[in-house]
Amino acid sequence: MIPALEHIPSGCAAAGIMNKSGIRISGDAIMDMMSVMHSRSNGLGGGFAAYGIYPETPDNYCLHIMFDTESAKREVDSLIEENFIVERQERIPTKIINEIKDPPLLWRYFVLPKPEKLVAKNMHADDFVVKLVMLVNTRIPGSYVNSSGKNMGVFKGVGYPEDIGRFFMLEKYGAYIWTAHGRFPTNTPGWWAGAHPFSILDWTVVHNGEISSYGINKRFLETYGYECVLLTDTEVIAYTFDLLVRKHGLPLDIACNVVASKFWKDIELMPEEEKRLHTALRMTYGNLLLNGPFAIIVATNNYMMGLNDRIKLRPLVYGKKGEFSYLASEESSIRKVEGNLDDVYSLVAGKPLKVEVNKDVCA
Amino acid sequence: MSVLDKLLPEFFIKVDRDLCIKCGQCVNNCGFSALLQDKDKNVKPIHEKCVACQRCMFVCPTRAIQIMKFPGTQKHNDYWNPEYISNIKKQANTGGILLTAAGTDKLHPIIFDRLFLDACQVTNPSIDPLREPMEIISYLGEKPIDIAIEFKDNSYILKNKLKPNIKLSSPIIFAAMSYGAISLNAHKSLARAARECGILMNTGEGGLHKDLYEYADNIIVQVASGRFGVDPDYLKRAAAIEIKVGQGAKPGIGGHLPGYKVDDEVSSTRMIPKGTDALSPAPHHDIYSIEDLAQLITSLKEATDYSKPVGVKIAAVHNVAAIASGVARADADYIVIDGFRGGTGAAPTMIRDHIGIPIELAIAAVDDRLRKEKIRNKVSIVAAGGIRHAADMTKILALGADFVTIGTASLIAMGCTLCQKCYTGNCSWGIATQRPDLVDRLNPDEVSKKLVNLIRGWSLELKEIMGALGINAIESLIGNRERLRALELSKETLDVLGVKPAGR
Repeated sequence: MIPALEHIPSGCAAAGIMNKSGIRISGDAIMDMMSVMHSRSNGLGGGFAAYGIYPETPDNYCLHIMFDTESAKREVDSLIEENFIVERQERIPTKIINEIKDPPLLWRYFVLPKPEKLVAKNMHADDFVVKLVMLVNTRIPGSYVNSSGKNMGVFKGVGYPEDIGRFFMLEKYGAYIWTAHGRFPTNTPGWWAGAHPFSILDWTVVHNGEISSYGINKRFLETYGYECVLLTDTEVIAYTFDLLVRKHGLPLDIACNVVASKFWKDIELMPEEEKRLHTALRMTYGNLLLNGPFAIIVATNNYMMGLNDRIKLRPLVYGKKGEFSYLASEESSIRKVEGNLDDVYSLVAGKPLKVEVNKDVCA
Repeated sequence: MSVLDKLLPEFFIKVDRDLCIKCGQCVNNCGFSALLQDKDKNVKPIHEKCVACQRCMFVCPTRAIQIMKFPGTQKHNDYWNPEYISNIKKQANTGGILLTAAGTDKLHPIIFDRLFLDACQVTNPSIDPLREPMEIISYLGEKPIDIAIEFKDNSYILKNKLKPNIKLSSPIIFAAMSYGAISLNAHKSLARAARECGILMNTGEGGLHKDLYEYADNIIVQVASGRFGVDPDYLKRAAAIEIKVGQGAKPGIGGHLPGYKVDDEVSSTRMIPKGTDALSPAPHHDIYSIEDLAQLITSLKEATDYSKPVGVKIAAVHNVAAIASGVARADADYIVIDGFRGGTGAAPTMIRDHIGIPIELAIAAVDDRLRKEKIRNKVSIVAAGGIRHAADMTKILALGADFVTIGTASLIAMGCTLCQKCYTGNCSWGIATQRPDLVDRLNPDEVSKKLVNLIRGWSLELKEIMGALGINAIESLIGNRERLRALELSKETLDVLGVKPAGR
């Protein structure tokens, strides 16, 4: 082999598929996409987020929780029982495969906050759920909330993504948005709760890169009640979008201008009104700028969005075919499932690419 | 004079007769009259008067002069060191308070030197500041806690009304040093450099000389307890106003400019009679509570139509975090925390060397407290006191400061050799003096360039370090303690700093 063309396996793998009409497709396709990028992972983390998978209970928050011990589960059970109406709860179905070893207890709860608790705490249901997630993650050792949104769920663990997918039998689920991640961990050893996606409510994030600003991103978020305890920089990205978009009501593209802010030299050239806005954003949310290399795929029930850091230090490719949109770390991953694309290109540094599902899909 | 009254000289001036060409430069340049020429033009040292300002060594064309520690010795004693013995003798002679200038020179633990910055390696690329944008623009003042936006006419409109902020091209401010304590030429040099660099200089409590009016956009004016020079015009001729409550070199101690330094110009600038002592007591006699401070802040804002940030400078003391919280809630737009290494023109030696806490701990504690109370955006935090180089600056920013001020470092760039005799008014370098013959030695054209170079050098180094850390915007450095590790600091100190030990 010519040395210059030798492949160096490195970096994480990220991928996403979305059907804008809400047609739910099985997990096979996203697992295929991930299998092409096998060498971008190292078997220490893989995971998937799926939207539209619980159409029978679309209004319930579905808590995917992993437990290291039975006693941790008992503690969480009592906390949930005290604060939520539990529509249904069950073990998350898995199958035994050789590649996935020593999984934790994996459970899901379909819940709604008790109305009297919301009144007593004077809280919105979303905030109540966020509070529970923080409480479980920080106060109950050995328990970690993997996802907490409606009609969606996160499936993740230690292993290669395609194996994690088989372990969770994702081929049996139908989703109109799938995102996935294969992890090449550097900050922390591979551990179940440390795999991507990271999520809060409907937000999920998969991420290739390393956030150099993590220390201050974390401290800034803590002042707004988000406790970052999962030891991985991607956690802050999920909380950042929740804070900026849900809590502070910023449009998504403006939130993207916080995490991948415009350069001062470009702000300087803007019309006065725009300049004022972008200056104010940097002054106010400068600590939420995500510095360092990143390529992220952010998803909610309504859209899938790809974003690179502002000097483009990680790859992210977009592909489109009819009503299907794809994002992936490598074009080959997209071509694996759709060889005849209408359009394909790399994302521009710091410029979000958002694809939305039709309005009636999540109505 | 009894032998008991005599003190041994601290320094010894050695003149090499073979090299000396009897030009008299050294004699003319010694502001302390420690050198004389006899009738044959031979240079005669008066060792007792030498303060080791080194001016003579720098001006001697033949390098004929050496200043050294006085060669006499005493029996070694690790506890009763020569300085303490000399101090006792001085006080036995005078019954007075020992005075000194500049920051403490005691070997207290230096936390900066136990902190190490991170560097990117394989997993996260470092950034090359020569090829990529590296942003160190900073805004001084209160920021909103969130941003409100309206979508109108196909574009986003900012709904917030922002409080006044000052844009600085680098997070560095020339520290407060008053006209009176330092010369007008020194002030002019600082103001000129501040304007050229797009940063700020601080007048200290000495008022604003009319020659500095043109630099208003780059000046912080100070309101201290003496209210020297303060009137509505003074407040309006500045980019920001700072209430001085305390300073790191002498927490709890006020200022005293001796009457012999109050010449015509200082007198008119400070609005006090010529030749009178300018006393600025530690307490502002209208501030005996945080509520009083809040009223003064409001008054200053009213007087300037809420058009400029009003800051408060306090010394780093044991309960500094709680005090800073109170100051932020009193509606200050920025807070200067001055650590115990802060400099001064004159302070009681015992105060300077034994009161206060290190700036590293103070900043970490204040930043933590303001974040816990969710009011961090209400104020900018300015770290002062003993910032020696760009790495110190980077470390204190990572601990949580938004800006640093540099006093001693800027004086050194102007020629100061840290002889610590500012209070005598004889500064041979023309900095800490009002003697016209000495002031003339400091040329603002020349010295402002030195200061510009210093700011440029530190800014470049800051960018290089940020690149090594893998960040390209200063917002990602400020408060980012993950980028620091500590060596050989106690668990308690690490806890306050919020920094992990090296290796973790």
